Amino acid sequence: MTRIFEPFQYGFMIEALLVAALIGAVCAVLSCYLVLEGWSLMGDAISHAVLPGIVLAYIVGAPLALGAFLSGLVCAGSTGWIKTHSRVKEDTVMGIVFTGLFALGLVMFSRVQTDVHLNHILFGSLLGIERSDMIQATVTASIALCVMLALRKDLLLYCFDQNHAKVVGMNTTFLHYLLLSVLSATIVAALQAVGIILTVAMLITPGCIAYLISDRFDRMLLIAVISAVFSALVGTYVSYFLDGATGSCIVLTQALLFVLAMVLAPKHGLLAARRIARASPVTVDLP
Amino acid sequence: MIEYLLSPFHYDLMLKAMFVSAMIGGVCACLSCFVTLKGWSLMGDALSHAVVPGVSLAYMLGLPFALGAFVSGILAALCMGFIKSRTRIREDAVIGIVFTTFFAAGVLMISLYPSNIKLNTIVFGNILGIAAGDIWQMLIISSVTMLVVALKWRDLLLHSFDPNQARAIGLNVGVLHVTLLTLLAATAVAALQAVGACLVVAMLVTPGATAYLLTDRFGRMMIIAMVMGVLTSLIGAYVSFFVNASTGGCIVVLQTAVFLTALMLAPKHGVIASWLKGRASVTALMTGVPGEPVPSGAVMR
Amino acid sequence: MDHIAQGIDLVVQDVTVAYNNGHVALHDASFSLNPGTICALVGVNGSGKSTLFKAIMGFVRPVRGTVRIAGDPVKAAHKKNWVAYVPQSEDVDWSFPVSVWDVVLMGRYGYMNFLRIPGAQDKRLAMESLERVKMTEFKDRQIGELSGGQKKRVFLARALAQQGRIILLDEPFTGVDFKTEGAIIALLRELRDDGHIILVSTHNLGTVPEFCDQVVMINRTVLAFGPTETTFTEENLALAFGGALRHLRLDHTDVPGAERNELVVLTDDEGALVVGAGGRLERRKARNDDQKAGSEP
Ligand SMILES: Nc1ncnc2c1ncn2[C@@H]1O[C@H](COP(=O)(O)OP(=O)(O)OP(=O)(O)O)[C@@H](O)[C@H]1O
Ligand SMILES: [Mg+2]
Repeated sequence: MTRIFEPFQYGFMIEALLVAALIGAVCAVLSCYLVLEGWSLMGDAISHAVLPGIVLAYIVGAPLALGAFLSGLVCAGSTGWIKTHSRVKEDTVMGIVFTGLFALGLVMFSRVQTDVHLNHILFGSLLGIERSDMIQATVTASIALCVMLALRKDLLLYCFDQNHAKVVGMNTTFLHYLLLSVLSATIVAALQAVGIILTVAMLITPGCIAYLISDRFDRMLLIAVISAVFSALVGTYVSYFLDGATGSCIVLTQALLFVLAMVLAPKHGLLAARRIARASPVTVDLP
Repeated sequence: MIEYLLSPFHYDLMLKAMFVSAMIGGVCACLSCFVTLKGWSLMGDALSHAVVPGVSLAYMLGLPFALGAFVSGILAALCMGFIKSRTRIREDAVIGIVFTTFFAAGVLMISLYPSNIKLNTIVFGNILGIAAGDIWQMLIISSVTMLVVALKWRDLLLHSFDPNQARAIGLNVGVLHVTLLTLLAATAVAALQAVGACLVVAMLVTPGATAYLLTDRFGRMMIIAMVMGVLTSLIGAYVSFFVNASTGGCIVVLQTAVFLTALMLAPKHGVIASWLKGRASVTALMTGVPGEPVPSGAVMR
Repeated sequence: MDHIAQGIDLVVQDVTVAYNNGHVALHDASFSLNPGTICALVGVNGSGKSTLFKAIMGFVRPVRGTVRIAGDPVKAAHKKNWVAYVPQSEDVDWSFPVSVWDVVLMGRYGYMNFLRIPGAQDKRLAMESLERVKMTEFKDRQIGELSGGQKKRVFLARALAQQGRIILLDEPFTGVDFKTEGAIIALLRELRDDGHIILVSTHNLGTVPEFCDQVVMINRTVLAFGPTETTFTEENLALAFGGALRHLRLDHTDVPGAERNELVVLTDDEGALVVGAGGRLERRKARNDDQKAGSEP
């Protein structure tokens, strides 16, 4: 019995749980928009593209997070520009831009001697996180969460119908870059705390789970946040006993939830689909 | 000076690295044409990350590295296909979910059963540390891939362009789909050791996209992409000797630079050409060459 | 306030639009509309109808020329919520997790505060708009769970809730049956009588003379513009569509009162336009007869 509560005796475990939950919540909110906007892999792209910014910031002695943030924005911005100015599809452009930046980062990285561990950035570990990084991550995540929640309706309209958003006088360019900036900032904060794999996964899966379960955006936000926080807690907790990579445990918990949602979701789940198919002929109550 | 420029060729290691890069670069470029046209750009990324659990499992069981990687890549592709066909989630999100899950499983396995596989090798590749056996493996994969493409490129092209039409004329679309996926997975596995998971996607996307900017014919597109793939890989590996930096990184930076150049300068689809064309037609209109504008309210006869 | 709004007019002058790929989709397009009119925008595929809409909505910046709404540039007009727009069905992601009610409320965003919390006024107007298009009972449906005509009506309700003075509809009749078409047309007529400017792009040539007061014919520029009676003629249509129209000239007609035994059927892809002898537009008469017949019992 005591073994079950063992993890909670350690301060670092509690802190890790809280940080994971907070970052999970922000990423979950973002993931809802990304899924709807068709930008699911933007998280993947930006989290790779931060590398040259980090190395450059290291060379000139600026804060690494700042470099990472700017470099992420460059990735998102140039993807948008190239897409509108050429006939290459958006996902292809994204692939080219982020790998180009990542490669540039690698080349620069192999030229400078740093004490920053690439592994540390890419596979950051929740349990080995430094105090200052943790505070930074917490602050960034909290600000991002507030911004997203305050502007959630504007961003929703932006994703749903940009033209209408413009016609009612909203500044869509601002919203576009706001979304990308919040995304970049969150990724930078999350990378240091939880590493790249978990960041990418947290920016996709919760939104998809929620999208499978609900047809209303506000409920979708709620479900995404709950599932993210839940898997952050369970994953961290399990990893303590398994003594395995924390980030991976969280991702796998999320994946499990996704599979459950895929099978059991009330309307869009596999079982529901089968039930509907069996109950044919379908009677629809449209007049 | 000449002596200095030729110095990389004195090292067996460098010769080997350049040979391997060129081979991988060529094969990836060949597939990249289909990948860009089919809109599968992130599939390369996904497959190359999804191989990790297979690799670690293969090591645990003492099986060949490539086999485990390949099986796990195909499994990931099947999962994606299943989820995509059964749910309302968009393809990009499905790809993201599946590959992060696979990658996470792999990392977890490595963290639970530490072995002598280095995650770094998978993620960043290590072209200078490639063993002779690996080279043979790559040679075989590359030759088979090239052979299949050479024999079946028309079918694969039609499949990428219009699967329904392909089905209508009696091609087996399922088989073509799996073939393309298999080739992609196999190539990703081969390229993995050379340039690493993160950069495989570049080699599987950039040459095709560059060629797509330069020409409207598929045949030419394939040739341009392959020439570019081979040349950038050779030069990238060569340059990396001098700047003493990651080989994969150099190759991909070079490829991106070529893409950006094509983006600006391409004769028909380049940014500058389009801009000039727009300006030219606007000036032509202003001086009143084609189509006379009608005063409002009037009816043109 | 309202009497000022009544005076809103739309002036499109010498508008030339070039896309990023260097293609000039529209050049030197000029026309102007006064309040209280329904204007049709007709032309072949790729003639620049959607491009003209984009220019009026300010999504593309003309390389030359101006669009002015009550003398203001479009940006300023947007701030005043003067322009409302009903998107083409293909442009909407129908699986998006929003309900009918959410969509109609989106029409009010321009009037709401920073957090977009709807006030009593917003809710009342949204409700009234829903009633006006007879969609109240579907208020809580997800937008994908509606029929084609119902979807159209939801977006029309959004435009109503927005209280825009200029309403742009991009191909509102595709995938809509005869009855819903009639309902939408009736609604548009009401809006016209309230002093709105309504600009409709359509391939449904047959309905144009039925409800449009004015016509703009375009093919990369404005070919003809004016009242339907004088502008929407066989010759102009032939000019705008070239060989793209199905053109049937029948030697005999059953239309009563036709002076010569000759009937011309012009059709793009949907409703056919029937031109009797002397350029008389037959379909309008037919529809009005239908409606009378329908309302009698
Ligand atoms: N974003 C774009 N970039 C480049 N060219 C474009 C773009 N959008 C439209 N075009 C081109 O501009 C021309 C006019 O297109 P537009 O969409 O205005 O036609 P349309 O009259 O609405 O046609 P339809 O009846 O098919 O809806 C076409 O030749 C089209 O290829
Ligand atoms: Mg159009």
